[in-house]
Amino acid sequence: MMKILFYGYGNPGRQDDGLGVAFVEALEKFVREQNLPDISFDSNYQLNIEDAYLIKDFDLVFFCDASREDIRDFCITKVSPSEARIEFTMHAVSPAFVLDLCQKIYQKTPETRLLHIKGTTWDFKEGISDQTKKNLEAALSYFKTLLSSVTQDKLLTIQGT
Amino acid sequence: MPRKITIEPVTRVEGHGKVTIHLDDNMKVVQSRLHIVEFRGFERFVQGRPYWEAPVLVQRLCGICPVSHHLAAAKAIDMIVGAGNGDGLTPTGEKMRRLMHYGQIFQSHSLHFFHLVSPDLLFGIDADPTVRNIIGVAMENKELAVQGVMMRKFGQEVIEATAGKKIHGTGAIPGGINKNLSIEERDRFLDGKAFPNVDQMIDWSLGALDFFKDYHKKNKDLIDHFAAFPSSHLSLVRKDGALDLYHGVLRAVDAEGKVILHDVDYRDYLDYIGEEVRSWTYMKFPYLKKYGKKNGWYRVGPLARLNTIDFIPSPLAQKEFEAFKAYTHGKPNNMSMHMHWARLIEILHAAEMMKELLHDPDLQGNNLVVKGNKQHEGIGLLEAPRGTLFHHYRINDQDQITMANLIVATTNNNEPMNRAIEEVAKEYLTGQKKITEGMLNAVEVAIRAYDPCLSCATHALGKMPLEISLYDNKDQLIDKKRN
Repeated sequence: MMKILFYGYGNPGRQDDGLGVAFVEALEKFVREQNLPDISFDSNYQLNIEDAYLIKDFDLVFFCDASREDIRDFCITKVSPSEARIEFTMHAVSPAFVLDLCQKIYQKTPETRLLHIKGTTWDFKEGISDQTKKNLEAALSYFKTLLSSVTQDKLLTIQGT
Repeated sequence: MPRKITIEPVTRVEGHGKVTIHLDDNMKVVQSRLHIVEFRGFERFVQGRPYWEAPVLVQRLCGICPVSHHLAAAKAIDMIVGAGNGDGLTPTGEKMRRLMHYGQIFQSHSLHFFHLVSPDLLFGIDADPTVRNIIGVAMENKELAVQGVMMRKFGQEVIEATAGKKIHGTGAIPGGINKNLSIEERDRFLDGKAFPNVDQMIDWSLGALDFFKDYHKKNKDLIDHFAAFPSSHLSLVRKDGALDLYHGVLRAVDAEGKVILHDVDYRDYLDYIGEEVRSWTYMKFPYLKKYGKKNGWYRVGPLARLNTIDFIPSPLAQKEFEAFKAYTHGKPNNMSMHMHWARLIEILHAAEMMKELLHDPDLQGNNLVVKGNKQHEGIGLLEAPRGTLFHHYRINDQDQITMANLIVATTNNNEPMNRAIEEVAKEYLTGQKKITEGMLNAVEVAIRAYDPCLSCATHALGKMPLEISLYDNKDQLIDKKRN
């Protein structure tokens, strides 16, 4: 069986910045209820260099994050080890950076996708904003259907939505 | 033609900051400023909230150093619940918090050195930015990169074991801690099965120090003179003068080593420290009141700590501290790049302290919380990775927070960072007709020595990368570069 990881990141204390974490929490609950095997979950405030160690033994990784991009509700993109290594901050790195570091250190990388969930509000509050909850639900609905209805190896065929 | 160079935002520095450098007709640097363009308003946000929520609420401030805010707020709330003034907890309560704090210091300092500093040392500050990061390090010196990754992981695992979870940890509660460390949890850090153990962390910390010292020998001019300038230094010290990152009294020394703030109780900080507001930035400028706004500014952080303390209470770090002090003949060290040396000594100290605590049976104790008579005011200070962190709260009879005042380490270092930028700008940019990537990075290297955290913690996808704008003497944009 394939080993799959869903990794949400963001600060749940900053409203929609916590979309990735909220998504992973909700999906984990569903997966446990359905007794679906070989699917792991993790969350943190942001990605960082130690995540190269975390992902190295998985076959497929979904990073899950809030997005300010011009998308409708959510989308999935394929992540490749990045040659663009200029990072916005020194305290957080991108999925492509983590993948590249994993490749350089451990000489292997999982298939990796990035789930972008559109957010709108970023204040000092717990909880996803009302106008964004539907985006979270749409992403959850998509993955619940997918995990329930297709074989795991079919997940590898997701190249982007 | 006078020009203004803007670096916005500063790459690899958290949050929204920009640097402006003004040149005159003769291409001479006439003014340099670090602007903080975001106002967070957090102190107002916590007003009206129940005081016991503060240690968790404050973690919303920052996803980079939430543990420091969590513990500083918890210390302040300890005072409010009558659990002493930072030293009144049970042995299990205090030692669990200390272990959490050393885990935070260890992972934060390790990230800074391996991800940020080692690339500059391996490749030079004017090297191609596409290789000047830990991936470049991995290609040049894989072992060093692996150590960086695993040291970060070790610190993060310590935080999770003591705070309960990675996000919005709840370990520290008013008057103590909500859990002890089980034997099983403890043994993960000692047996080396799940990841390299604490002894390996000590060995790697020593190795990182050797790496830096070797580089220093070969590059004395850069390390000793880059962004060097005299200043005062402030930190907490233990009452006997030892390095203590969790609790102590406030001490400051001037650039020559004269003690100018004599081990005062930090609850009286308002008697000694003021904050100046300047129109061009949202970040305030703290200063020692006795010496005024112009001369009272000071540095905080690893360099300041090693300048204020008398000794380090762990043997390997103490030995390194003695060499560090001998380099300046016992005088304060005012060299910005020596911040990295000091930071590495603190990494070693944190590793030693974690080992000591992990072997301490008090961590398995069950007496977790102290209760006392409620007060209406609480002040908590600690030494965060980047320097002294102040949390101050007042509450009303309904247990609601009515006032919050936070002075974070990066704010304490505001004036020094501006001075460092000016020093470097004058050296690298004066008289130059062309601004190279290396020159701009030199400015950033000066800022990064202070490891500033300007976080708003909102890092959602789609944010702007580095942008450099060039203005003429009429503030007209004449060039813009984005990576």
